[in-house]
Amino acid sequence: MTVTESGSTDAAPIELVTLTIDDVEVSVPKGTLVIRAAELMGVEIPRFCDHPLLEPVGACRQCLVEVPDAGNGRGMPKPQASCTLEVAPGMVVKTQVSSPVADKAQRGNLEFLLANHPLDCPVCDKGGECPLQNQAMSHGNGESRFIDQKRLFPKPVHVSEQVLLDRERCVLCQRCTRFSEEIAGDPFIALLERGAQQQIGIADGEPFHSYFSGNTIQICPVGALTSADYRFRSRPFDLVSVPSIAEHDSCGAAIRVDHRRGKVMRRLAGDDPEVNEEWITDKDRFAFTWSFQEDRLRTPLVRDPGSGELVPTSWPGALAVAARGLAGKATGVLTGGRLTLEDAYAYAKFARVALNTNDVDFRSRPLSAEETDFLASQVAGRGPEVTYSALETAGTVVLVGLEPEDEAGTIFLRLRKAIKRGVKVVAVASHRTRGFAKLDAELVQVVPGGEPQALADLRLDETDIVLAGERLGQVPGGLTALTALAERTGARIGWVPRRAGDRGAVEAGCLPTLLPLGRPVGDGEARADLAAAWGVESLPAAPGRDTAGIVAALAAGDLQAAVLGGLELADLPDPAAATAALAAAEFVVSLEVRLSDVTPFADVVLPVAPPVEKPGTFLTWEGRPRQFETVLDTGALPDVRVLAGIAEELGAPLGVRTVGQARAELEELGTWDGARPAAAKAPPARGAGPVGTVTLDTWSQSIDDSRLQDGAGEYRATARAARLKASAATLASAGVEPGAAARLSTPAGHAVFIADVAHLPDGVVWVPARSEGVHVRALLAAGFGDRVTLSPETPAANGGDEA
Amino acid sequence: MTDVLTPVLTANWADDRAWTLAAYEAHGGYQALDKALQLSPEELVELVKDSGLRGRGGAGFPTGMKWSFIPKDNPNPTYLVVNADESEPGTCKDIPLMMASPHTLVEGVIIASRAIEARQAFIYVRGEVLHVVRRLRAAVREAYEAGHVGTDIHGSGMDLDIVVHAGAGAYICGEETALLDSLEGRRGQPRLRPPFPAVAGLYASPTVINNVESIASVPAIVRGGVSWFGSMGTEKSKGHTIYSLSGHVKRPGQYEAPLGITLRELLDLSGGMRDGAELKFWTPGGSSTPILTAEHLDVPLDYEGVSAAGSMLGTKALQIFDQTTSVVRCVLRWTEFYKHESCGKCTPCREGTWWMVQILRRLDRGEGQPGDIETLLDLCDNILGRSFCALGDGATSPITSAIQYFRDEFEAGLTTPSAELFPPSASTLFAATALAGKGAAS
Repeated sequence: MTVTESGSTDAAPIELVTLTIDDVEVSVPKGTLVIRAAELMGVEIPRFCDHPLLEPVGACRQCLVEVPDAGNGRGMPKPQASCTLEVAPGMVVKTQVSSPVADKAQRGNLEFLLANHPLDCPVCDKGGECPLQNQAMSHGNGESRFIDQKRLFPKPVHVSEQVLLDRERCVLCQRCTRFSEEIAGDPFIALLERGAQQQIGIADGEPFHSYFSGNTIQICPVGALTSADYRFRSRPFDLVSVPSIAEHDSCGAAIRVDHRRGKVMRRLAGDDPEVNEEWITDKDRFAFTWSFQEDRLRTPLVRDPGSGELVPTSWPGALAVAARGLAGKATGVLTGGRLTLEDAYAYAKFARVALNTNDVDFRSRPLSAEETDFLASQVAGRGPEVTYSALETAGTVVLVGLEPEDEAGTIFLRLRKAIKRGVKVVAVASHRTRGFAKLDAELVQVVPGGEPQALADLRLDETDIVLAGERLGQVPGGLTALTALAERTGARIGWVPRRAGDRGAVEAGCLPTLLPLGRPVGDGEARADLAAAWGVESLPAAPGRDTAGIVAALAAGDLQAAVLGGLELADLPDPAAATAALAAAEFVVSLEVRLSDVTPFADVVLPVAPPVEKPGTFLTWEGRPRQFETVLDTGALPDVRVLAGIAEELGAPLGVRTVGQARAELEELGTWDGARPAAAKAPPARGAGPVGTVTLDTWSQSIDDSRLQDGAGEYRATARAARLKASAATLASAGVEPGAAARLSTPAGHAVFIADVAHLPDGVVWVPARSEGVHVRALLAAGFGDRVTLSPETPAANGGDEA
Repeated sequence: MTDVLTPVLTANWADDRAWTLAAYEAHGGYQALDKALQLSPEELVELVKDSGLRGRGGAGFPTGMKWSFIPKDNPNPTYLVVNADESEPGTCKDIPLMMASPHTLVEGVIIASRAIEARQAFIYVRGEVLHVVRRLRAAVREAYEAGHVGTDIHGSGMDLDIVVHAGAGAYICGEETALLDSLEGRRGQPRLRPPFPAVAGLYASPTVINNVESIASVPAIVRGGVSWFGSMGTEKSKGHTIYSLSGHVKRPGQYEAPLGITLRELLDLSGGMRDGAELKFWTPGGSSTPILTAEHLDVPLDYEGVSAAGSMLGTKALQIFDQTTSVVRCVLRWTEFYKHESCGKCTPCREGTWWMVQILRRLDRGEGQPGDIETLLDLCDNILGRSFCALGDGATSPITSAIQYFRDEFEAGLTTPSAELFPPSASTLFAATALAGKGAAS
């Protein structure tokens, strides 16, 4: 694929300011703070409150320097905090390197900071990676003159279930409170009391429930903030750190994985200014235990024809059974949305080369032909065009079918930054969520299904960006209206899927009408080109079935076998129908990390590696490749290796056996430069639903009980309460009391929530798609935009049901 | 010696019910407002600039110049904020003024608001002085009813609303930017400057913050004119001001006199030290100003004179201590105040005051350690000019100046409790009476 340079290249020339620091003349961009100008020339001034991504505050007074000339010929009478002082032409700065005054000020300040600090480094999690410890060694006095009583606090305070605060260690730099207020917009922690009793705290009954709370732990320059799941678990110097990419959404946040003796101990935010800067969501940070659960598959399993049980088998044996079972059967391939680019490519190639079919789809969710066309015409084969940094310079950013705080936390934080630079955010949604409120978003209120009209009514220009979440694809005419909007106004569009592997799967060709890197199945030249590259005679020419079609064909017997990778039946539009289809299939091969709801129907279960145990690439929603290497080398096989094994047994070699080979082959293929399929065209749906029903709006909140968040208990406890939201009129007409239990039902089943009044259009209810034990789609076989019945949940009705 | 006094602000304090509008108007009140309404805002600013009025809150910044910093092209509204958060130990001029003659302040607020073209003024009063808050609010209400405040004041087309806001009890809120944060409903901690309040103050809008006495001086300047005001005081410190005498003097209280008067003269006016007392040390302007001694009796009490003597004029709160007073104990009490009031934002002030109190307590108990005095001085050196705002600087003043003049008393603290050297009961105001020597608490 082509990686184009992001952002504009004709930026205004940077105005430079020349000053003297420690007798060395240096030129830096205007507006640079002295502390960073000094860094540029290799002088590190000690600091605590200063953080390059937070507003300067000048609170800790550690970075004092002497300024003999402020640039106007006059010196500053007092030492200055270099973290709040902007450079000026002709300014003369003397840091601790050349000024005894600055050096004494810094040493004196460190002595003050340590006066009330417990110096419990041997038992402190931060010991070994602690800015206070390091700077006390590098810039402090060896001994303190403080022989008096230290300030004491009971410890620790739970500011949330996940974040703990040891107040006596705190140096009150306010990085945590400033992050929460400035970056995340969740000012749930604040300073309390004053003087030496000043402390960080929360309001009574208002815990620090922020999707981004873990960042405060990472930027704490002392060991005051710790996480419940890492506290007292290991020492920094015992850890091996490996950079990686988060697997929880399509944002591609850079992370650092710290492991010890074969076990991941924690994850931290990586530093990537182009993507996530230095921040990650709590999901990216804390939800890493899912692949180490007891149900992890360690060995291939083959169903014993006699007992019907799955029994452990050798790899060669299992691959042979899989190949025998698939041979000669019409097979569909479903890949979920969590695969790496390389593994998705292996499935796409496996389907065409080994199974001779285009029946492959990565979408384990409601979909439409309109979306398939949209992905082929607007998404596939495009490098990063709309990027994170483009969001910062846009005029308006329109969000449709997307709640970024819940679904794409990195985008949310970048938009928070963007609005401070004057970018306007418009949300096309049923209601103003907390996330939209924090983006100061203008709400274009729609009933789910009303998005096409809302898009048609928008006035935008070429400076604007529309970010469309994958829910827009579930609205008839939604993506058609989006494409039309872009053509009409010149606004740029970004497609933001939910899962880390979605964008990569599009490029890999895990779609019934799309071959790798944008090659349309329907284009003979594209097929011939690819067949030549792959060294096969030809590729199947008929467009394949999409997920819905594959499920239906399995049920009908038109397909006899299925290869499923990373698929959850509960995600599919109609989980019960999908279950029945798998039951009807003659042969099912499941490639999985853990036992899943597919396992009971699988004839062969082949264990594959989770991202942490293999190399790979995720493509972000922008189309930016995010390559990562193996963190833990456990010997677990990537999907590509397993599929290559089956293909060999089938006598149709895949041609690639490793992630590296798949990556190289993709690079060699290059992006399709031929004609693109036409843009999607579908009309909006018309007409109301049955009388007495309401329209369901729903999406997954950031923290819920999805399988990739298994095992992270403290983190999961910080989830938002699962509440049903509807207007007072909607609740009243259904006879539901605010604050009371309400029942949502469809012919498939029902789900119960506590109802809250919110500003939604009448006739619309919103519920979280998944909350502890309540999976709306599994229970109702309904989701976003579907009609459901709202009624009070009476004790009698409850009593008559199964538990 | 009564001709030394120049009662202007204090002239009507002895009147019957001086705080009422009727009494104030009987004294010519609100006539300056009429005169001010004839002048353009620019002329008013020039008038106050020319008068040489300097801030009476301690720093002595020229009031008219401060007003002239308000940008004229800022689209946001301009605000006047009166700093009435008088909390400095020893300082007691604004609160008596607001009790005795609140209308003097209110009239000043209206005139100053006209000068800076503010339509909204706030008086931020120290929260503990509820009686003053009530009296000010009553005065503002009376002024509204009489048409001095509100819309179309005196038919001039000028509109002004005045809000009397009670603080919540924090010394730091007397620091002007902390005051603004507090007034906005936030935690009172000093703000980073720049931006300065004149550009982005209250609600990020242009704001003038003046001390009560500065604003209250404006009506008289408008009435009396530049040359009348300049006829009092010294060349660089013009006008009249209130000196607050407290401690071991015969008649403590408010003495309004021209700037540049000496303590010797003020002591004469107040009847001198109490019987049998000798002046030991004194503060020229509250506890944050370095102490002075008897050798400074003839220092002119104006901005330059006190500065030349190594201290600061400050709030002209003259706390007078006689020979019965332990300097160590006195400095300990002050330092305990600063430790209690340190806002906690910056390290040197927060941690330094916590630490210094413990050393001073040790010295006060006679349990000082060798090196304690040097440590105290070095800690002060690490706080002064290193803290975020002037609170930390002020906390060091009494310590360094006391050690400068009375080092032997601190050295005695290594062996002897201050209570032995200077029995607290002897320092009490009633020590000369029958209660003397009965161990009254200090």
